[in-house]
Amino acid sequence: MAELVVHMAGAGGDRVRVPRRRLRNLLGLALLSPSLVFLAVFTYWPTAQVLWQSVHAAPRRDGGSFGLQNYQAIVGDAAFRRALGNNLIYAAGTIVPSLVLALAFALTLVRSTRFNAVLRSVFFLPVLIPLVAAASLFLFIFLPGVGLLDYYLAKLGVQGANWLGDPDIALYSIMGLTVWKNAGYYMLFFLAGLQTIPPEAYEVALLDGASSWQRLRFVTLPYLRPTLAFVLVIGLLGVITQVDHIFILTKGGPSDSTNLLLFYIYQQAVERYDPGKAAAATVVMLALLLALTSLSLRRLERNLEAGE
Amino acid sequence: MTGKAVRTALRPGRVLVALLAFAWATPLLWMLVAAFRPERAASAGMASLIPDYVPTLGNFAEAWDSADFALYYLNTIIICAGILAVQLVTISLAGYAFARLKFPGRTLFFYLFLIQLMLAPIVLLVPNLRTVAQLGLYDTLPGVMAPYFASAFGTFFMRQSFRTIPRELEDAALTDGARWWELIVHVYLPLTKPSMIAFAIVSVTAHWNEFLWPLMVINSPDRRPLTVGLAMFTLGAEGAQAWGVTAAGTLLVVAPLLIGFLLFQRRFVNSFMTSGLK
Repeated sequence: MAELVVHMAGAGGDRVRVPRRRLRNLLGLALLSPSLVFLAVFTYWPTAQVLWQSVHAAPRRDGGSFGLQNYQAIVGDAAFRRALGNNLIYAAGTIVPSLVLALAFALTLVRSTRFNAVLRSVFFLPVLIPLVAAASLFLFIFLPGVGLLDYYLAKLGVQGANWLGDPDIALYSIMGLTVWKNAGYYMLFFLAGLQTIPPEAYEVALLDGASSWQRLRFVTLPYLRPTLAFVLVIGLLGVITQVDHIFILTKGGPSDSTNLLLFYIYQQAVERYDPGKAAAATVVMLALLLALTSLSLRRLERNLEAGE
Repeated sequence: MTGKAVRTALRPGRVLVALLAFAWATPLLWMLVAAFRPERAASAGMASLIPDYVPTLGNFAEAWDSADFALYYLNTIIICAGILAVQLVTISLAGYAFARLKFPGRTLFFYLFLIQLMLAPIVLLVPNLRTVAQLGLYDTLPGVMAPYFASAFGTFFMRQSFRTIPRELEDAALTDGARWWELIVHVYLPLTKPSMIAFAIVSVTAHWNEFLWPLMVINSPDRRPLTVGLAMFTLGAEGAQAWGVTAAGTLLVVAPLLIGFLLFQRRFVNSFMTSGLK
């Protein structure tokens, strides 16, 4: 192929064929159309549908009148409020530790030694496995009495807990799984971010007699700011869109203590047959997603338009 | 140098991170140890991480018998391959259009694509389920695949790679009388093979691991993908012995991706880096 390319590169250039190029440019729309068809059916149409449905009461109530009943219904639903609150706790309680750990891993393992490469892989492996599979493993880890956690805690003489059955603890147990699963992913971005810091920046800091803490605070972290912002956004998107483990570990219980928004939507749609509430909750989630992604949109656009 | 390396290695932070790495490896270590543990040795302490036994494949045999893992594998492979095949067509066509063609409404369409990037498809699962049912695709594998056939992430990704190719190559091919599809097939795609592979890794991993959407679309047990099969299997498992079988089942599900990663580490890592917003 390379030969062909070289041949073609050498062959042309002097003959200008403007009309043909213009004709070709009309192709643009045609080439987009396969994607647009699927986007229309599975992105634009469903979005319009939930928006419409969310402001129309379920027919069985009062003949499908227009209004905010569905929104009132979810706001009045303790389970929805609980899911929203849980999602906030879950977001803060998974993203902050994951970010701190990921940064610590990256800073420690930035040099490419064989030993570091092995540790990086260890941290990265959980990223690859399905969330459902991770949950299957953690179901045993959290098993009261004989599970992995209680078994080794007992050896240390520490009393275990009902990790998934106690409403005060269950959400935090699940956060443990999420941190385990995500920290290695964020580490990748920090590792890449660290590569972009010019060595001179550190040299200057060293000449100024900066301690290692000061170097971290005044050199490393400022350079990592864009990475941090980016990882924060994908972390937030993740805590909204990934709930597979809830299905295996707790199904949102006990007493909604581990219910998260997307799982609530699933419950309303599949278990409670309440399309109105499901639609209203979906719109809330879409709004959250839009707010989050538009925060990073400028950055994204800049990336996409790079070299325009 | 060696002295310095030793001193650095002994820094408390490094020791702590090494300990954390051990903690990180524990769940997967347990999976390996428990999966190969014979049934008789199970009662002693299922949680033990020490393989103090003669390894057996009994758990795998039982997992394989009690759930249709062969079929789940096939379904997952069909789903991943089907999605990827269609995506590669849609994203290279659209990616080429955005990278090299000028046409009316280009910016508008660009933003229309961006919308998909902003609204994660999984959030639209309720209305999409209705659409899939209306299309007669409920409880079918194409029903699981359909929402992913267009990929804004893939389109923008291919657009970026197409742009790195010098225009002179295209002009040269055009003066040689090449048609637009010949350009894509013979000039652009061969030169962006690494990008296509990167996208393929991201796409296959994402859909290999996907759970909630196939759970909703698939009703027949014989059409379940691995994740749904594993979930039903895990939730149905009972008793102390079942944990060895669950570990074996989980290992069956995660093994292909883990092996793929161990074989092609650099490619996996690079692909995941590019997949921040998918």
